[in-house]
Amino acid sequence: MSLLQVDKLNLTIGRVPILRQVSLTLGQGEALGIVGESGSGKSLTALSIMRLLPHGSTVSGRIALDGEELSALSEAEMCERRGRAMGMIFQEPMSALNPLKTIGDQVAEAVRVHGYVSPREAYDLAQETLNRVGLPATRFPLSRYPHELSGGQRQRVVIAMAIVLKPKLVIADEPTTALDVTTQARILDLLKRLVAEDGSSLILISHDLAIVAEMADRIAIMKDGAVVESGETVSLFRAMQHPYSRMLRAASTYVSRRQRRLQASEGHDAPILDAKGVVQEYRQGPRQLFRRSASFRAVDDVGFTIRRGENVGLVGESGSGKSTLARVVLALDAPKAGTVILDGADLLESRGPERQALRRHIQAVFQDPYGSFNPRHKVARLVAEPFHLDEGKLSGAERRQRVEEALVAVGMQASDADKYPHEFSGGQRQRLAIARALITQPSLIVLDEAVSALDVSIRAQILDLLADLSDRLNVSYLFISHDLTVVRAITDRVVIMQDGRIVEQGETEEVFANPAHPYTQSLLAATPNLERALAARQAGLEAQ
Amino acid sequence: MGSFVAQRLVSLSATLFAASIVIFVVMEVLPGDPAAYMLGLNADPAAVAALSEQLGLNEPVLQRYLNWVGGFFVGDFGLSYTYRVPVRELIADRLWVSVPLALMALALAIIIAFPVGIIAAAKRNSVVDAMIMGATQLGIAIPNFWFAMLLVLAFSVGLRWFSAGGFPGWDAGILIGMRSLILPAVALALPQASILARVMRSALLDTLHEDFIRTARAKGLSSGQAIRHHAVRNALIPVMTIIGLQFSFLLAGAIIIENVFFLPGLGRLIFQAIAQRDLIVVKSVVLLLVAAVVIVNFTVDLAYAAIDPRLRRRAP
Repeated sequence: MSLLQVDKLNLTIGRVPILRQVSLTLGQGEALGIVGESGSGKSLTALSIMRLLPHGSTVSGRIALDGEELSALSEAEMCERRGRAMGMIFQEPMSALNPLKTIGDQVAEAVRVHGYVSPREAYDLAQETLNRVGLPATRFPLSRYPHELSGGQRQRVVIAMAIVLKPKLVIADEPTTALDVTTQARILDLLKRLVAEDGSSLILISHDLAIVAEMADRIAIMKDGAVVESGETVSLFRAMQHPYSRMLRAASTYVSRRQRRLQASEGHDAPILDAKGVVQEYRQGPRQLFRRSASFRAVDDVGFTIRRGENVGLVGESGSGKSTLARVVLALDAPKAGTVILDGADLLESRGPERQALRRHIQAVFQDPYGSFNPRHKVARLVAEPFHLDEGKLSGAERRQRVEEALVAVGMQASDADKYPHEFSGGQRQRLAIARALITQPSLIVLDEAVSALDVSIRAQILDLLADLSDRLNVSYLFISHDLTVVRAITDRVVIMQDGRIVEQGETEEVFANPAHPYTQSLLAATPNLERALAARQAGLEAQ
Repeated sequence: MGSFVAQRLVSLSATLFAASIVIFVVMEVLPGDPAAYMLGLNADPAAVAALSEQLGLNEPVLQRYLNWVGGFFVGDFGLSYTYRVPVRELIADRLWVSVPLALMALALAIIIAFPVGIIAAAKRNSVVDAMIMGATQLGIAIPNFWFAMLLVLAFSVGLRWFSAGGFPGWDAGILIGMRSLILPAVALALPQASILARVMRSALLDTLHEDFIRTARAKGLSSGQAIRHHAVRNALIPVMTIIGLQFSFLLAGAIIIENVFFLPGLGRLIFQAIAQRDLIVVKSVVLLLVAAVVIVNFTVDLAYAAIDPRLRRRAP
């Protein structure tokens, strides 16, 4: 008998239809993966099951959990089910915990709200559950506050809250999207182990096909509020029916075709960027009045070069110092020590007009394009922003022409110059950000997690665009990302950072095929891989 | 926590020191003879010279500053020029009215504002919310002297529950003293409660959008439980800021209400001192008010740290 039965679920918020005829079934002890891009309705499907929908939602259809019709229950009865019969884990571990309450209080609260247990018993159970999720009392006493924990540790606390009463159904909504790959692998392992131990069923929502293939027995693929395809994991992937599913799969492992890759023998001329002995430190902890406060070395004696037309990947987990290094290279922060030579000139020693002129050669694209655009300005003005770095002042007509050329170069219309940023989608805004970076005809563009927030299908398009621009304009990229799949797809050479140091660098294919450093090996092993997951699952099925 | 308090105390002392310099420079060093100012336009030069002597204006600037600040530490604020009594006694008498009045008004404002703001946030965009928002708008808009007069008409003239004004002094008994402060406290509390309720509502609405509220609901807390156990404490930070500002204001800004109810408060003292050009009193009361504001802010900082564990980082 199935544990969860969702039948013809429809959801409208205000007047906007969100979910259309969504039907899902989930057996006892089974794991169901729900996959889709942003706006596909996968999260709202989960929130419909929990009945935690935003104001103004109208739901029809039936949801049955363990033979009980949830839609017939009152709000008070739903409160009894939440946390006890079904627990939920959310995406953002940083904000999912109340910053003002200890982790012990928050886990124990999940127990106390459901029954007349003594505080002692509730805290004992909280401690036991925190032990189960890998936060032993010796190192993580109940009196810890969330801000004293790392992202991965906070997610463990969130998991502890969801499973403390051993609910029959656990829903995890992108539980590892905000985490580093090695942390992600550990959290997914933990989740798998916990639901197996408790005999719970799991709904795992993710945009990442590889993760879902690794975790789920069955998969449902959602698009625009409807399930387009569902079935047993291996057979679904082996014979995908719906064109959208096939597109999603192709895009998730997409490698842009580049006309040429730079060979090691090429490019003996001086490098476009040469960073040597870069050291950067930050103050650690509160400022001390009479003492020198301890400092933290974020980047420690780092050196690397980028040749003209070369794409270099900079890979590392959060805290590895890659963004700090990027800020030094962009001359946004002055480092403690080291030199950065850009196009033969010393960037860090330059001052005033000289630095302005140098800055034209290096531009940046960041993760969140919306955050880097002033919403009150039109595209023409936003894209033309770096022009103030230009020495020779351009006339209005020339400027307009350059803006339109840049827009066309990134696959937009010249007429888009007269629109505002909110009129564009996320992918289009990232194109605008690239147009803005191109407008000074730079020799190097720093792309800091520039495709990380994009859906896989959009990401594939942007990667194509970047590859095409690199071919046509001979511009170099410093491509900073935590996503190894993307780095592999676009770069010639890769630099791996850990704890502020470069642990390995070399030709991308070589490093990925034969990682020398243990850290690189662990990164590659932790990166979800669709084929590997499917093979393992197949082997498991055959063994039975 | 210890280093946090120490750090705050250092900044508190520095602020007070800077304030004392500014007040001293404005009053005594800038061009214009304080003695001549105090005696008015047609003063006899001999009288001005005598007053200068009495005020110690002929001594070096540094000496005068040290005398003034030093006096504060031993409780000697000088002699009031118009009242001919020690400034310390003047201020002490007035503080015994102003501080209890401000505390009563603030307590009243908090008692009214917290539940009202929480209800408005919990029932956001409903009729109840609209009514509360309308009422608080009115509470801010009504001039408080007019509201005070209405209170007098209703409760003193009409119902005869309270006296229409005056302060019998605490010697007459604590209850009698408090009773005479009730109407003024109500009049002062109305606009403050309205402001506080609106701040509480909007701070709560901000926290209700936070992810941890959704987490709390997923654990099985009802909407009301999530607000009480998780949202209110997070909303307290902006609310505490406003409460701090309000207390400072109530201490010296109650002058109109003090006049309506004939209360001998600090606001009236400073008003009279300015009108009578009694710079000795003005100087000391102003420094005292600055000290009060700074100390209130210090208390608010401590309250922040008590609410938010992220602010009380352990010293390494």
